[in-house]
Amino acid sequence: MSTYLDHAATTPMRAAALEAVCEQMHLVGNPSSLHGAGRRARRVVEESREQVAEALGARPSEVIFTSGGTESDNIAVLGSYEARRAADPSRTRIVVSGVEHHAVLDPAMHLAQTQGAPISFVEPGECGTVRPQDVAAVIEEDPDSVALVAVMWANNEVGTIQDVPAIAQVCAEHGIPLHTDAVQACGHLPVDFAASGAETLALSGHKLGGPVGVGAMLARRDAVLAPTSHGGGQERSIRSGTLNAPGIAGLAAALTESVADRDAEARRVAALRDRLLAGTQELGLGVRISGCWEPGDVTTRLPGNAHITIPGCEGDSLLYLLDAAGIECSTGSACQAGVPQPSHVVLAMGRTEEEARGSLRLSLGWTSTEADVDAALAALPDAIDRARRASGAA
Amino acid sequence: MSGGVDSAVAAARMLDAGHEVVGVHLALSRSAKTLREGARGCCTIEDAGDARRVADRLGIPFYVWDMAGAFQRDVIDDFVAEYEAGRTPNPCLRCNEKIKFAALLDKALALGFDAVATGHYAQVVEGTAGRELHRAVDEGKDQSYVLGVLDADQLARSFFPLGDTTKPQIREEAAARGFAVAKKPDSHDICFIADGNTRGWLTERLGERPGEIVDEVSGEVVGAHQGSYGFTVGQRRGLGLERSSLDGSPRFVTGVDARDNRVFIGTSDLLGVRHVVGQSARWCGPAPSGEVRVGAQLRAHGEEIPATARVEACDGGEGQGGESRLVVDLDEPVRGVAPGQSVVLYDGTRVVGSATIATTAR
Repeated sequence: MSTYLDHAATTPMRAAALEAVCEQMHLVGNPSSLHGAGRRARRVVEESREQVAEALGARPSEVIFTSGGTESDNIAVLGSYEARRAADPSRTRIVVSGVEHHAVLDPAMHLAQTQGAPISFVEPGECGTVRPQDVAAVIEEDPDSVALVAVMWANNEVGTIQDVPAIAQVCAEHGIPLHTDAVQACGHLPVDFAASGAETLALSGHKLGGPVGVGAMLARRDAVLAPTSHGGGQERSIRSGTLNAPGIAGLAAALTESVADRDAEARRVAALRDRLLAGTQELGLGVRISGCWEPGDVTTRLPGNAHITIPGCEGDSLLYLLDAAGIECSTGSACQAGVPQPSHVVLAMGRTEEEARGSLRLSLGWTSTEADVDAALAALPDAIDRARRASGAA
Repeated sequence: MSGGVDSAVAAARMLDAGHEVVGVHLALSRSAKTLREGARGCCTIEDAGDARRVADRLGIPFYVWDMAGAFQRDVIDDFVAEYEAGRTPNPCLRCNEKIKFAALLDKALALGFDAVATGHYAQVVEGTAGRELHRAVDEGKDQSYVLGVLDADQLARSFFPLGDTTKPQIREEAAARGFAVAKKPDSHDICFIADGNTRGWLTERLGERPGEIVDEVSGEVVGAHQGSYGFTVGQRRGLGLERSSLDGSPRFVTGVDARDNRVFIGTSDLLGVRHVVGQSARWCGPAPSGEVRVGAQLRAHGEEIPATARVEACDGGEGQGGESRLVVDLDEPVRGVAPGQSVVLYDGTRVVGSATIATTAR
């Protein structure tokens, strides 16, 4: 029996979502068709849209369904850039935080390489926090050149929660749209799109108990976005393609359910995280907690995130050893060609490459229990000991 | 697991034998571009994917271990330095000695593994005095030569599950097991030289170093070259000579003098080597005492020649302080023996040991 502690990668589907998906998969109907079957499917999609909007403080017309968080981020960065530059050719600069997910960083780097877009990074403090005044300073280097700003709501690796409303305020002062990747936040934290001031927001179904392969972006009604895929004109002509009614129904069901008991669940999961992080400190093995952590905190650190660095260890050795011991977790960083790279997020927080290589992300979710935490704590000492020896050997 | 058919079947056979098996793919290049372009049967992203598919099918964990740093230092830099010094290295042998059965094995042992199994064609036999390394039953595929650098400790931690089977049978077995790599072509040449052009690859790293091509017998300058590192003893092609020899007989590289940047050529009768002196000897068991009759193999897939071998203490002149040297007297002359290659000694099918060829004599 293995212990699943990788909820930030994907989390088990909620029963309500599974039921909604299965129900829709039994039925025929393209939501864009005008006949009865199409109208029935359309109703499911539109009711789901209303549910998503309700859960996230948006209007239904602001919800654009996509295939997931990565597509939403790509539409926001590429679509926003193209539209803004078309309106004013001098707006080519992209301001991003140093802790963004690759789904935001890589489209930005793509624009840098193919269109010469200058990229400005806002580096975080040691907790991974992006300070609004630092965003302001980077914008103010040349405000009229900025196409868009992207700062994520909550970081997928180290769990830091950003002050999105304050950052959006800074952007608004210069009339610059803010995109926020809220893939790790939606369903887990209070997310009010209207109050946040963000222009666009990305979310993903399978990070909150919905199905994989479906997500959404929220885009203010006045947001100008060039389409990144062209076709039948669905979803405000920003995201063409036959609507995925079963997936959308599953996403809406999962989001509605997770928002319903969100605050109580956040406190429950945060207590497990605190037990885990406190436990790593009691091992006496030099485990260092990444970012800032206060027991009970659900406003500056994701309730389910326990990211640690372990000096003298390679993350992939730890992964193997923990996997062999039945503990499923992650290093939290992306792989290039299967070769683990030191995390750009951990490096941006001012840690050394060697520290970054010893990263381990244990992430808790709605099915996690105290027994999971205790199993991980029991497996860690032997894994750390062996990983240190392996690191010395190689 | 390289992503090829051999390591795939090796993993399956280890699993069948009841071992707890974990697949490891070695990432030997830090540059993703080289990984993509180096499509010669190893080291590409696609190959890592092929290996992962096999591991998934077998239901075993699979990891990519980054050994690019050690590979650069111990194999690639060594390869360049050896050519620069006028020798002809065998990087596969060096990789086995320094990476697969050293850096990888050490890391594996520290992580709690007991041994490394590879898809090499060779056999491990439990002998009276410990484990012995023997040639594979498939003589055409036998890779005991490139494993001749393994010492007894390394051998004790090694499994070669394919040694008792021929390559065509391995392909059949891979197909029967449903591995998509069953028909994948064999890898050839040097994995880190994607286009197979060793001289061009070396020129990129060492630059052009023009020098003379000299007739070994007459001492006459007969041509020019762009770097002595591009030549190997026994080589016939690519000499770029304007004039043919007086009697029209083909000419070969007979020696490379890196210090004076000169390449010597001559007719084939000058190539025959009867005496070989090796250094950095490694033994798959006890070192031989006194003179022993052996079979000597002087390059990968080369013929085995009857010979007499003995270990001599160095008198401090040529060798590194206190090191012994291996002297091999061949029963018949062998052509194209290049310093830098290894001489691997056999007793029947058993590997006795190996040494890097330092000097040769006719």
